[in-house]
Amino acid sequence: MLGKLSWAAIPLDQPIPLFTAALVGVVTFGVLAWVTLKGWLPYLWREWITSVDHKMIGIMYILLAMVMLLRGFADAIMMRSQQALAFRSEGFLRPEHYDQIFSAHGTLMIFFVAMPFVIGLMNFVMPLQLGVRDVAFPTLNSVSFWLTATGAFLVNISLVVGEFARTGWLPYPPLSEVAYSPGVGVDYYLWSLQISGVGTLLTGVNFVTTVLKIRAPGMTLMRMPMFCWTTLASNLLIVAAFPILTATLAMLLLDRYVGFHFFTNEAGGNVMMFMNLIWAWGHPEVYILILPAFGIFSEVISTFSRKPLFGYRSMVMATMAICVLSFTVWLHHFFTMGAGADVNAIFGVASMIIAVPTGVKVFNWLFTMYGGRVVYSQPILWSIAFMVTFVIGGMTGVLLAVPPVDFVLHNSLFLVAHFHNVIIGGVLFGAFAGYTYWFPKAFGFRLHEGLGKASFWCWVVGFYVAFMPLYVVGLMGMTRRMQHYDVPEWRPWLLIAAGGAAMILVGIILQIAQLAISIRRRKELRDETGDPWNGRSLEWATPSPPPSFNFAVLPSVEGGEAYWGMKQRARQQAMLGEEPPYADIEMPRNSPTGFICAFFATFMGFALIWHIWWIVILAAVGAFATFVVFAWRDEVEYAIPAEVVASVDRANRTARGETLALSGTPS
Amino acid sequence: MPARSDGLPDRERHLPCSRSTSAMVAGCTVFLAPIVLTACQPAVLDPQGTVGIAEKTILIDSLAIMLAIVVPTIVATFVVAWWFRATNTRATYTPNWEYSGRIELIVWSIPLLVIMLLGGVAWIGSHELDPAKPLTSNTPPLEVQVVALDWKWLFIYPVQRIASVNHLVIPADTPIHFSLTSASVMNAFFVPRLGSMIYTMNGMTTQLNLRADAPGTFQGLSSHYSGDGFSDMHFEVQAVSAQRFAAWIDATRGMGPSLDAKSYAALARQSVNTIPFTFRAADPDLFQQIVTQQLPPGPGPQTGRPNPSVSPQTED
Repeated sequence: MLGKLSWAAIPLDQPIPLFTAALVGVVTFGVLAWVTLKGWLPYLWREWITSVDHKMIGIMYILLAMVMLLRGFADAIMMRSQQALAFRSEGFLRPEHYDQIFSAHGTLMIFFVAMPFVIGLMNFVMPLQLGVRDVAFPTLNSVSFWLTATGAFLVNISLVVGEFARTGWLPYPPLSEVAYSPGVGVDYYLWSLQISGVGTLLTGVNFVTTVLKIRAPGMTLMRMPMFCWTTLASNLLIVAAFPILTATLAMLLLDRYVGFHFFTNEAGGNVMMFMNLIWAWGHPEVYILILPAFGIFSEVISTFSRKPLFGYRSMVMATMAICVLSFTVWLHHFFTMGAGADVNAIFGVASMIIAVPTGVKVFNWLFTMYGGRVVYSQPILWSIAFMVTFVIGGMTGVLLAVPPVDFVLHNSLFLVAHFHNVIIGGVLFGAFAGYTYWFPKAFGFRLHEGLGKASFWCWVVGFYVAFMPLYVVGLMGMTRRMQHYDVPEWRPWLLIAAGGAAMILVGIILQIAQLAISIRRRKELRDETGDPWNGRSLEWATPSPPPSFNFAVLPSVEGGEAYWGMKQRARQQAMLGEEPPYADIEMPRNSPTGFICAFFATFMGFALIWHIWWIVILAAVGAFATFVVFAWRDEVEYAIPAEVVASVDRANRTARGETLALSGTPS
Repeated sequence: MPARSDGLPDRERHLPCSRSTSAMVAGCTVFLAPIVLTACQPAVLDPQGTVGIAEKTILIDSLAIMLAIVVPTIVATFVVAWWFRATNTRATYTPNWEYSGRIELIVWSIPLLVIMLLGGVAWIGSHELDPAKPLTSNTPPLEVQVVALDWKWLFIYPVQRIASVNHLVIPADTPIHFSLTSASVMNAFFVPRLGSMIYTMNGMTTQLNLRADAPGTFQGLSSHYSGDGFSDMHFEVQAVSAQRFAAWIDATRGMGPSLDAKSYAALARQSVNTIPFTFRAADPDLFQQIVTQQLPPGPGPQTGRPNPSVSPQTED
């Protein structure tokens, strides 16, 4: 009846997950009860859960990423403290627990923190920057989000029901095959990623279509803000790479569930095939994450330097070059497989070539600041910290791309330090820059500056203290994923690294405090203008927060930096343009399709993990039925009357006219 | 029962601190400065073998090439960001400056030239230091077959027809040719002070050539995560003089069990923290039988909760 599921699945003998689960359970229940008692459930259902508005979905993505960041960071704290303690001792985490923690940490941070964070930002910003009302397929967008949430939910369920994978964040066979991992951990991993992977792929299709097909009149490709270019590149990569992941994991699932032999030791299976396939997805994946971050930095550095982005065409070329090259380097993840000198050399050199367009970008950001008036607000602090940190991370990356160097540093903590150097210093700093930059646009008030800067310093200093020692122990020959060790020279460095993690913890606490205090003081932090940073692209032409339809009338774009040009013209003519003729706006109706599909997908995933076949069938039928009902819907859109549009836009125009008059003519 | 290997009269301990090899990087960069404080310890920067020394040279050279561009870039970032701060009235403001063909040319050329140089280093290095490439030497290489087991290392000396577990004894200043495979899951064989690591994979053989330049004791480990017992999967490498090596072979032949299909099957079961021991006799065909799977792959977890979490904790 319940497949493999029994009471033995609950880890009653392990206090840490039980306590955590109890705490999370109480908090979740408390929040739900509070929301219900306050009578907010209908509002949440109407305005958020069933929303197909790209802005709402973007915000929910980012919220998911932030909650998962807490979970992933809790894992990180446990790992750092385990390695600080486990010198000639077992520490406080047994191997079977520790192995789950580092596997969950990597899986969560890549798939459920970094991915939703950048997808959330793209969701929120890209249609606004393109000057349009929504993405190409709004309901599909909602489906994507809820499937991602399903994946995240399943990973977290594994904390209390069963176990998570003990294979590392990429489940290399044969360790991940049934013979060596008979538990449900790998199945949790596989089904979570299969379900959320569908969501990601749909996002890719959706965003590529949006950028290529839906832009405001006059918004040619070469007039798009840099962030839209990097969004396009990143989503092209998603469309090309995620099917590889899905296929690879599907093959592993066939091995585990139906006795296939794609990657087993026996019967002609080949583990090298898995490594090749998983990295054929995995390397583009890091560019899926970093390219949108590059876009964010381009926007932020230009805005806060009060100058256009330097070398726009170069930046576009560099972005698209990275997009293509990222598919040609996957083998550098396993130089130590013994593939031979020519193969290693070719992939080593190919990997280095990616450093050229990346280097170009760094120089162009530098020249964007050159001759500017740099205003030190939170977003640009993150950007400057990124430039410095990423250059170091890039350097150690190119070092690892030299095969003979990789032969002694592969899989070491040097490698761990390197990819945290680029993922924290690149993707996460970028996400935080974007979060602080676009927060006023999303909510109509700014984030508290002082707490934000305090948090910034804790993060940056904490990052260096936590990860520079890992470069050192890597050079000392310490390999990754060690549950304990007995080399005394490593220990001081691991203690310092744990201290760094504690500093980052302070940074995170300050970020939470910043959010809470900013909400409390939202009146004084209010952004009335819709353009708090004197921005250059179209999202700043809308009120903060933007109305559901974004633009009363689709803006007419006459050059790069569309909104900057409009502001210039308005200043020259000492007035905004003529009031446009307002008309009714048709917007897509909200739909519970995404939520209900994900509801069924959650049950299906859980039942597949535990071999409860009747629930699998019921849930699959349910999800399909939901889709059919949606496909046969009668009412697709609703109309926003012209008077409502006019009143929103008139208020926006008044605020804007005042700001432009106040700030005077720029030199 | 397995016996301790006491073939060596006493251990020839090498003093790695006698070489201060990382002095070259000193002062190059602030972030690598901590390494200098522990000049003796970083194994990778204090190699004791031909291969490791060559790899360290490439590491330092590549780092130096990149630092030549990275350090100025970082300094320029700070200088530009600070000089052009909004409150600095002396800085010129060029609000519309967004393109300069000359700068673009330089901006593309500098990384391109660096990468061309570094690509050359990578290309030559990959060929010179290919793990499968035999080392040039007057002494013929010693053959050692390595089998990664859950979670210990089996070293077979096919010519000498002996074997040892978690303890590798090699003659110093003699090239060693390793053939490596795995009995079950993937691992990587790595002795940081000697150089290159290489994967071990079931059903496949990888090749590795290393040499210890002088007698010494080095730590070896698995550098590819392989499951719950992974952290204990390390071994000691003793490089000894040719005479002592011969003496060790003789002593080993006189004691311990013999390695055949049956004792191998027992050894292949999962176990952690295996105390090093030796086999007085080893079947020279055993390695090939493991690679070709005539001997079945290691059995994986056998004990523990059947469901959902299997925690193999058997001791042999």
